[in-house]
Formats: sequence, C-alpha cells, structure tokens
Amino acid sequence: MKHKSLFLTAALVAGISSSPAQTLTPDKMLGRLNDSWPTYSGDYTGQRYSQLNQINAANVKNLSLAWTSRITSGLPSTGGRMSFFGGPAPIPTVVAGEGNGSLNESGSTSRSSRIVCSAIIWDGKIYISTPDNAWAMDARDGNILWHFVWKTRGGTHTGNRGMALYKDTLFLETPDDYLVAISAKDGSEKWHKVIAPFNEQYFSTGAPILIGNHLLVGTGNDLDAPQALTSFDPETGAVQWKWYATPQTEADPALKTWANLRAAKYGGGPMWIPGSYDPETHLYIIGTGNPTPAYTSQSRGEGDNLYTCSLVALNVDTGKLVWYYQTSPHDTHDWDSTQTPVLVDGIFNGKQRKLVLQATRNGYFYVLDRTTGEHLLTSKFSPTANWATGLDEKGRPIRDPKKDFDIAGSLVSPVNAGATNWMPPSFNPQTGLFYVTSEDAYSMYYLTETDPRGAMGLGGKDELSVGLIGNYLTAMDYKTGKIAWRHKYPEAGGWGGTNVGHALLNTAGGLLFTGDPQGNLVAYDPANGDPLWHAHIGDVSGPVQTFLLDGKQYIIVGATDTLYAFRLN
Amino acid sequence: MKRSGRKSNPRVAVGAGLFVSFIGFVLLDASWAQQAPNALPVRPNPYARKAVDPASAEQGKNLFGVRCAFCHGSDARGGESGPNLLRSEIVLNDQDGEKIGPVILHGRPQQGMPSFEMSAEQIKQIADFLHSLPVSGNERGRNGHIVIPVGDASAGKKDFDQKCASCHSVTGDLKGIGTRIKDPRALQQSWMMPGMRGGDPSVKAPEKKVTVDTAEGKVSGELLRMDDFIVRLKTADGDIRSFSRNGNLPKVVVTDPLKGHLDLLSTYTDKSIHDITAYMVSIK
Repeated sequence: MKHKSLFLTAALVAGISSSPAQTLTPDKMLGRLNDSWPTYSGDYTGQRYSQLNQINAANVKNLSLAWTSRITSGLPSTGGRMSFFGGPAPIPTVVAGEGNGSLNESGSTSRSSRIVCSAIIWDGKIYISTPDNAWAMDARDGNILWHFVWKTRGGTHTGNRGMALYKDTLFLETPDDYLVAISAKDGSEKWHKVIAPFNEQYFSTGAPILIGNHLLVGTGNDLDAPQALTSFDPETGAVQWKWYATPQTEADPALKTWANLRAAKYGGGPMWIPGSYDPETHLYIIGTGNPTPAYTSQSRGEGDNLYTCSLVALNVDTGKLVWYYQTSPHDTHDWDSTQTPVLVDGIFNGKQRKLVLQATRNGYFYVLDRTTGEHLLTSKFSPTANWATGLDEKGRPIRDPKKDFDIAGSLVSPVNAGATNWMPPSFNPQTGLFYVTSEDAYSMYYLTETDPRGAMGLGGKDELSVGLIGNYLTAMDYKTGKIAWRHKYPEAGGWGGTNVGHALLNTAGGLLFTGDPQGNLVAYDPANGDPLWHAHIGDVSGPVQTFLLDGKQYIIVGATDTLYAFRLN
Repeated sequence: MKRSGRKSNPRVAVGAGLFVSFIGFVLLDASWAQQAPNALPVRPNPYARKAVDPASAEQGKNLFGVRCAFCHGSDARGGESGPNLLRSEIVLNDQDGEKIGPVILHGRPQQGMPSFEMSAEQIKQIADFLHSLPVSGNERGRNGHIVIPVGDASAGKKDFDQKCASCHSVTGDLKGIGTRIKDPRALQQSWMMPGMRGGDPSVKAPEKKVTVDTAEGKVSGELLRMDDFIVRLKTADGDIRSFSRNGNLPKVVVTDPLKGHLDLLSTYTDKSIHDITAYMVSIK
C-alpha cells in the first residue's frame, strides 16, 4: 500500500512506542489527529477526522477483537481483589478527595461505571475517566496500570467527558467541583483547585482543554447560577482569567438583553463541552449553554439573554470576547448550544474560507466565518423542529412564544434532549460532509408553575414525549445547508436520557465509525451511510477513537463499563 | 394563549381555590385543576444540606413572615423588591447564620435592604428556616400538574371525525373514555400516543408485527428487535426466530399499529390538540 511508509514514519514521530517516555508538550498538540489522541476531540479542529488509513473500506470486513478491558469504579474493597481462584493481581489504587467515602458510587449500573469520556491516548497508554474515577491502561492489551478514586462530597453525578494531559500530568474534573492534577505515571495526586463553589450546586462533568499554557475549564449547574470558563495555569493551578457567559456587572453591554443585573448574573450559559481552537488567530471557539431559569423565562425579560446559547470566540491569552453569534436567542427549552464547534477550511460560495460549523440541540445547523463570526448559513438538520417561525436577518431562528409551553400542553419538536446533544459530531474532508447523530421527536410541554415569579433552574414544566419519528445518522452539506443523506436506524427506540446518538469518527481510510441505538459498533461508508462492518457489543456509551501502535491501527470504544479494542488481526 | 402578562404585577393570589396565571389571566376554578395522580419522581438532591431543628425552623418561619417576607416573599423565592434567597450565594454557603447574620444586622443599603435588629438566636432561627427549604435545579411540578380542558369540544369533534374516526369510535372503543380516564392530561397523552409516560396506565401501546420473506416462505410474528443486521420476532407459537439482514435482503415488512398516530403529530396545532381533548373529556 502506498501509504505504508507514511504511517510508519508518523508512528516514529509522534510518540506511541515502547521506547522511553514521550512527553506531551503543548506544541505537539497543534497537528492533525494521527496516531495518538492527545486532547478531547483528538485535535483542536473538533473534526474527529483521523489521518490513519490502515483500516479502510476494502479491509474493514477483517476488523476483529484485540482486547477488552473492564473498569470497576468506586473505592477498593478491603479484602483486595485476589479471589479464591487467583485472578489478576490487585490494581494499584490511589484514593484522594475530601468526602468520607460514603457517597462514592460503585457497581455496574452506577454513572461512575459508564464510559462516556473521550480517552487520552498517548505514549502507549490510554487514560479514561468517569465521575470520581480515572484509570491508566496499557494500550497494547488493555491491562489497567493504576486506578485513581476521588472521595466525593456529593454533587450531581451524570458523566465525565474526559481528561486533559500536559507533560506527565492529567487533569480530572470532579462532580464536587475540583480540578485535580494527577500524575500520569502512577495516578498520585499532585494538587487540586476549586472550580466553583460546591454549596451553590455546581457540578463538573467536562473535559479540560490544554492550549499552550492555558488549561480551560467550564462550570456546570442546573440551578440559576453564574457560569464561567476559567483558564488555569497547568503547572500551578493558579487562575489566569475567567470569562462569564452572562453579565456580572452593570458595565457589561450585554446587560441590555436582560431584565436586570440580577437576572443576568444568575442567567446560566454553562460551557459543558469543550470548544475548538484556531492556532492562527488564538481564538478558542466554544458553545455556551442555555439561560436559566430554563423554561419560565419571564424573569429574564424579553431580550436575547446574551451570551447564552451562543458560539463565542475568546482570545485564549486574555479571555476576552472577540465575536459571538447566538444560535438560540432567548431559549426556553433547555436546548443548550454547547455542541462541539467544528473548524473547517473549505470553499463557501466559491471562496476559500475559514469556517466553523455547529449542529445545535435546537435542531438547526450553522455555518460561520470563524475569524469574524460572520453568519453564512442556517438550516435545519432536524426537519420536525417546530419552535421557530422562521429566520431573522442574522439567520437566527425566530422563537414562537406559543411553543414555549402551555398549561394545557404545547406540542414541540425537538424533545428536551434535543435534536442532538453532547455527542461529538465529525467532519470528513474527503466527502466535504458534516456528520451528526440526530433525532426527530415530539413532546408535549406542560407549564406546571403558575407562580408569576416562575420556577428555578430546569423547573416549572413537565415534558412528556408523544412520539419518536426517527433516529438518524445525518450527513449535512455545509455548502448548501441541505441534508446530503440520512440513514434511519430501523425500529430504534429513544436513545435514553440526554443521549441523542453517539460520537462519530471519520478516518482517512474512508470510514465513518459510530455506535447505533441497538448496541452495534458500525463502520459506515461516509459517502452514503451504507454499513460496511459491525460488531454487537452492547450499549455503546463512549466515543469511538483510533490510534496507531506497533504499526497497527486500533479502533476503541466504551460500552458501559468495558472498553473494546479492534484491529486487523 | 398569549404570554401577554409578563409585565403584570408579580403579586398573585394563590389559594382560596383560585389560580391567577401570568400566561393569560385565566381564572381557573380549583375543581377543574387536578393534581397528578402519579406525580413524576423528584430527583434526590445530591447537595445534601445538614438537618435543621424543626422547632427552630418553625420559629424562623414565623419570624421571616413578620420581618422578611414583605420583600423576599413568604416562601423566600423573591418578591417585588427582594431577590430569591433560595439561589443566593450567601444562603447556599451559610451553615448556622454566620453569613446570613451580618446581612440582616447591617443591611445592604446600596441595594435598598435595611438593617434589622435581631438576636443571635433569631438569626439562627431564620437560617434554619431557609435551610429547611428544598433547593434543586431540577425541581419539578411544585404545584403538581394542572390540566384544564381549555379546548372547544365541538371543534374537537370535527377534528376527531376528520383525523381519528377512520380507526376509532366514541360509541365503540372510546365509549366512556372521559369517564374511564379522569385526568385530562393523562387522557390527552393517551390519545396522542398510547403507552407513553404521562398517559393513563390502562392504555397500552399495541405490539408491532413483522413479516420476513425467507427461503422457507413468509415468517410472521411480534417484532422483538430489529436493526440493520438482524430482525427477531416471536411467532404465534411462541417460537423466537431471528434472521440476519443484509441491506434489503431478506424483505422485512413491519406493521406499526401506531403509525397513524405518529403521522398525525406533524399535522396538529396546539388548538386542535386541546379541542380533541375537550371532546374526549366530554365522552362520558
């Protein structure tokens, strides 16, 4: 094969080997996704497009199991892991944290046993995390090298999107709002810092992102609360800057989009999901969450509630806002716009442009110029979305207030989970298509809070599903905004919870990998959505990822508490 | 209904059988308002606060009513001039009045809050009252659900005849439906899509049927599972059979008895939904 020499060279350059440890320095993170996976999306573009092509459309039929590895979350049992039958040696476990241990979850059904993170894959090791837990695995056979457990003080345990790696330090966000620096070598704690005040009901689920000497960390909270992106010094944990999604002072020009400062201050906009980064302009482009109170919005006034439900571009060195584009003005359905922005250099209207693409939870797809924030295109990727009456002059959906909710019920699409959710989309430069898993479904939204002050947080409504039209693997043509094709998953039920599909992975081998709703890991033809290979592995929960080790390309994916690795054997 | 009342006076009388709704000045007699028979489960609050002495909290409630409720609302969720204290950083971070106390004693003159003379014991009682109030970002249905048949039953009959009557009859399968299902919201959920959460438990979703064209002939039964690679069914004899799928082979035909309900979803207006519900409620 003509590419053989290419990937062998790449393996030597970028670090997965059995030779002495390779240090992940920030400059090594500027390249395109190749034989390792050093940051949440693989690289800073958010494309989840791997240059690896050893596994391709012609040979994918021979993809087979390399290994599986099962995690056990929670504090280690006192008797050790040796069973009557012998079994594997106990896993070295590091226990840290400020709780008393009584709140830590364990067992196969706990949230801490569900892999939804993007693994960090570097230097022959795989690092994964769940709420309160982190593990290092040998990428060659999946054996667990160490397990880190954080004794939690509490907080909402939903999921953990992954860790960041800087030199030999991993960074884990915990549900009780600490940023914990962990030694990648042995899992020992180096330090921990407060992300946000635990008593104010914040909880942290995100994956920190390392850019240069900035470690970017969002906040989460379902109560009405100030929400910020904080830049930490990865060496010391010192705070470098903080950017709030909503006005915190009278001086903020965005205040005029709110009823008053009190409403703005507690107005939400949490940045749950990492953004993408343009090294040329130093812009960190990230989606902000929904405003709060999420449903009963009267206390927020009639305005747009900036900068919630927006794509914002921050200068990574200063934390200052450079441009913004609001994808859901005055959202009233808890449809955050935190979905991964995807940076693409491509032709638009006959001109080469630097673009950012986003498919948001509200059912709409956007194309912007990523250097200026200039709006270029809006279209629906979920045709059933019925909450807007059209688009305004800036291409923003015009919300229909009658579709907010009603005491007697209002029929709305998307459902609360959205037309998509946190699951990372993907872009394939070979096809020029943007891929996202999506759902067309309806719910009745009932107002339950008749107090004119409204409810707090996500309260004030009942949202009851009345029908799933279909689940889809959807390919969008960013040049036209049209759906290029949709693969409908036959007879699939709902995804469950805030899951709307799965993370996607494109590879230079001409393959599009993702899980389907029925528990298959599938390789599709990115040109038309035809399935080319599959394996039923259960409940596919985590993103599909790829790496190259000892000259072999691996595909890994988490299915609840087990990581599966495939290769050409 | 229009959300025209946003700028209305936020004071509202709740109780004595009257709800005044900000969304439309609709006067609702409480006899029409129904509490959920099976209220949705409330997620446990993972931010457990320490237990407070109920007697102290009760005393604090009385004190709060006298001294604080005028601005902050009797439930501490905010009033005309005072903010919602349940999401206040000071209150959320307070343990025994140590953070609340200085604000009470010194006031916040710039924000218009006067100072109050209170003993340490009274401050602790106020703190205990505030800490006894549940706070959660996921609070649900504080008032229970209130369902009012706001629709026009005669218009609903027309919609029913047009959209539903080819399969259903109010003298046949739907006879007495308004009596059988007492909660109008559950009735509405049930007629829109049987078997979904929030509907009446007596209304179940019918099974999907599937027929597979195989080398041995057609095999039919209840659909158990289907994806791009397999179809599994249960035959009338109770046998579980499965067949590999490869693209469109073998031919598989799924019959979903609820397809009509699904297809109708995109055709409703909210008015037509409420009208049909009002008509269903009237079928005694």
